[in-house]
Amino acid sequence: MSLRSPMGRVLGLGSAKDGTAHWWAQRVSAVALIPLTLWFAISLLTLPALDYGTVRLWLSAPLNTLLGVLLVAVLTYHSYLGIVVVIEDYVHSAGSKLLSLLLLRFLHVLVGGAGIFAILRVAFGS
Amino acid sequence: MPRPLSARDRPTSPHLQIYRWQIGNSLSILHRLTGIALALGLLALCYWLMSLAGGERTYALAAREFASPLGRISLIGWTFAFLYHLLNGVRHLFWDMGKGFERTQRHASGWFAALGAVALTVCIWVFIWRSGP
Repeated sequence: MSLRSPMGRVLGLGSAKDGTAHWWAQRVSAVALIPLTLWFAISLLTLPALDYGTVRLWLSAPLNTLLGVLLVAVLTYHSYLGIVVVIEDYVHSAGSKLLSLLLLRFLHVLVGGAGIFAILRVAFGS
Repeated sequence: MPRPLSARDRPTSPHLQIYRWQIGNSLSILHRLTGIALALGLLALCYWLMSLAGGERTYALAAREFASPLGRISLIGWTFAFLYHLLNGVRHLFWDMGKGFERTQRHASGWFAALGAVALTVCIWVFIWRSGP
């Protein structure tokens, strides 16, 4: 039995073949971010100082490099998932919706990519 | 002749302008606002990381930006936004598991998230101010 109305079927509306994927991705990334963000915040707060040498030394320790890359990656993903919903809720015209979604996708890849690149550069030296 | 389905007077959900203001919707709106603020925080985090990769001079430049009045206010704002989004996010995860839906539980956990975030923000910045230069 289908729950879709005949009119909806004629207009090509209905299932976006997407299901609950977005909802799940948001929850899973949220759960992953609990330990990652807490690790990052507590690490920065307990470092003896936040000067150049101390922070570089801390970030280039293997475990910190790994967790740092994961933090930026998951943070970027979660941020993208959240901002997409905001755009979908408030931007109504199809053209500007598509444009802003595209722009935000590019921006997130750019910013997240820059963050990960920076961490790896610190870890592996220039 | 029956009117088309879309023109019938069907019940609609209360619109934002006539919605009675209460803790539930306030905290929900705050969750979204802090989320947007944190997206900007991600931008600042990656700028800071890039400055660290750039060398001693660019790092000092970024550090000066963050130490400026606007930088400090932003950092305190992001601290609150992070803590609130974290605590309220955990609240949402409990709801997703079907727990904590009772009126008293909803209100208690809501106040806990809001006041907890304020208290922790104060604690963290007192700690930074006392241990920093």
